[in-house]
Amino acid sequence: MKRYLWTIGFGVALFGLTCLLPSFQNYQLATVAAYLCATAGLTVLTGQCGQLSLGHGALMATGAYTVALMQSAFENLPLSLVAGVLVTVLAGAVIGVAAARLRGPYLAGVTLAVAVVVPGIATMFHDVLGGDQGLTFYLAPPPFGYDFPFERWQAWIALTAALLTMLLLGNLAASRYGRAFRAVRDDEIAAQLSGIHVARTQVLAFVVSAAGAGLGGGVLAVLALSVSPGAFSLTLSLFLVMAIVVGGLGSLAGAVWGAFLLVALPDLTARVTEVVPLSPALAQRLEGNLPLAVFGITLVVVMLAAPGGIQGLISSALTAKRGR
Amino acid sequence: MDRIVFLTVDGLSRGAVYAAMALALVLIWRGARIVNFAQGAMAVAAAYAGHSVTAATGSFWLGFLAALAAGLALGWLVERLVMRHVGHDRPLNAVIVALGLVLLITAVLGIVYGNEFRPAPPAFDRTAGFAGLSPYDIFVFLSVAVTVGALAVLFTRTKAGLRLRASAFAPEVSRLLGVNVGGMLLLGWVLAAGVGALAGMLIIPTEFGLHPNAMDRSFVVAFTAAVVGGLDSPLGAVIGGLAVGLVLSFVGGYLGDQVTPLAIIVLLLAVLLIRPDGLFAARAARRI
Repeated sequence: MKRYLWTIGFGVALFGLTCLLPSFQNYQLATVAAYLCATAGLTVLTGQCGQLSLGHGALMATGAYTVALMQSAFENLPLSLVAGVLVTVLAGAVIGVAAARLRGPYLAGVTLAVAVVVPGIATMFHDVLGGDQGLTFYLAPPPFGYDFPFERWQAWIALTAALLTMLLLGNLAASRYGRAFRAVRDDEIAAQLSGIHVARTQVLAFVVSAAGAGLGGGVLAVLALSVSPGAFSLTLSLFLVMAIVVGGLGSLAGAVWGAFLLVALPDLTARVTEVVPLSPALAQRLEGNLPLAVFGITLVVVMLAAPGGIQGLISSALTAKRGR
Repeated sequence: MDRIVFLTVDGLSRGAVYAAMALALVLIWRGARIVNFAQGAMAVAAAYAGHSVTAATGSFWLGFLAALAAGLALGWLVERLVMRHVGHDRPLNAVIVALGLVLLITAVLGIVYGNEFRPAPPAFDRTAGFAGLSPYDIFVFLSVAVTVGALAVLFTRTKAGLRLRASAFAPEVSRLLGVNVGGMLLLGWVLAAGVGALAGMLIIPTEFGLHPNAMDRSFVVAFTAAVVGGLDSPLGAVIGGLAVGLVLSFVGGYLGDQVTPLAIIVLLLAVLLIRPDGLFAARAARRI
C-alpha cells in the first residue's frame, strides 16, 4: 500500500514539475524516464538475479522498431507501446532460455554478440526497417488543445511508463519471485535445494527485464519520433550497464540514479566544452566522445573504489548515521 | 571450384587472425580467469599508435613494430593500473571493468583521431596468386604461425613457461614454491595484449579501415572461436579460430554478407548449448 502512495505522490510531483519546466528540460526529463524503464529492468536482471546482459540496447531497439512500425500502421500509441513490450518480451524469452544455461563471461559474450549484431538487422531487412536511415513516424498531438506544449505531453507519456515500471518492478522485488531472484544470485545450489527452479527463475528475470527494455526503447522512439540503428549501438548497451553499476547494482533507486546520469553527464560535458575555448574540429570530436570517456572512467573507478555505486554510498552513510 | 578455393583460403586467412585473438583471450583466461572484453579496443589503440608512427616516419614496418610495442605496453598498463585491483567477490566485476575500458579507449581514440574511417593499406598485395593465395595471406599465415610457435615454445620448453603454467594451474602452491604469481599474471597480460595487437594489425587492413570501433565484430568472432575451442585450451583456440573463419567465409560466400552476423550468433549459441566447455577442453567435474 505504501508503495502505491509513494508512486502516486511522486507522480503528482513530477507531473506538476513538467508544468514549471521549459520544454527542453521537459524533454530531458522524459529521456531520463525512458532510460529508467530500461535501467530498472536491467538492474532486476543483473543486480537481483546476477545475470549480466550486454544486449539490452538491442532489446530497446526491438521495442523501438516495433513501436515505429505499429505507429505507422495504426497510430494508436497505447497499442503501439503494448505491442513493443510484447515483441521484446518474446525476443527476451528466446535469449533468456539460452542465457539460463550460461554463466559469467559466457553469458556476457553471447549478449555482447547480440548487441553487436542486431543493429545490422535493420540493413538486412532494408525494405521494412529502413536501413541506416531508419524509420520516422507520426504522433498525434496532445488531446488538450494545440497550445499544450508537445514536449510536456511527451514527458507525461514517458513519466507514466516509468512510474508504472517502477511500481511493478518494486512489487516484484518484494514478492516471492524477488526473493527467488536473490536466492539464485547468491547461491544457485542452495536455491535449488530450497525448491527454487533456477533456470525458470532466470528466464523469468530475463523476460521481466526485457519488458522494461522494450518499454524504454519504445518511449525513446516516441520522444525522437524516429528510430535508426545508430541510436541502438553497442555503446547504448554499455551505457545501460554503466548506469546500473554506477547507480548501485540491484536497487531500483540505483536505477534512478543511473538513468539520471545517462542524461546529465553528456549535458554536463557539453556545457564544460562550451565554456572552454576550442578549435571547431576538436570541439566536434569532443562532443560525442567526451561523455563516453567520462562514462568509461566513472565505471572503472566506481568498480574499483565503490562497487556499491551511488546508492551503496548513500545507504552506508545512512546506516553509519543511525548506528551512532 | 575456383570459388571454393577462394573461400577456403580467405576463410583460413581470416581464421588465422581470429585464432591469434582467441589465443590471446585464452592466455588471460587461463592465468586470471578473466575474459578480456577490452581486447578488441586495446588492439585498435595499438593499431592507431602504429598508424601515427607510420605517418610520422613514412615507414610501414616501423609503424608495425610500434603497434606491437604499444600493444605490449597497453597490456602492462591495463594489468598494473586496473585489472590487478578488481575485486574477485563476483565474476561480473572484471567483465564490467573491461567494458569500462572499452568505453574509455574508444572515446580517447575518437577524441585524438576522430570518428571517421582512416585508410589502413595492407602491407602486401591482396590479389590471389598461386592456389588462391595472395602475398598478404602468406604474410598472415607466417606471422600467426611464428607467434603461435613462439608461444608454444615459451610455454612448454622454458622455465618462464613452466612458471606461467604453474601459477595459472595452482596460484597458492606456486606462490609457496617461490613463483612470482603476480609477475606471471602481468607477463600473461602483456603477451596477450601483444598478440591481440598483432591480430589487429593483420585484420584491420582487410576490412573498412581504422576506426575506434573497428574491432567490435572481430572481437565477437574471436570470442566465439575461443568458446568453440574451449576457453582453457590454447590448441582449441587455434583450431576454433580457423574453423570459425572457414564457416563465416562459406556462409558469407554462399548466403550473402548480411547473413554472417546472424551466423556468428547461431554458431556461438549452438556451441555453448551443446558443449559449453568447448570442443577441446577436458571435461571438469562440476564446480560447487
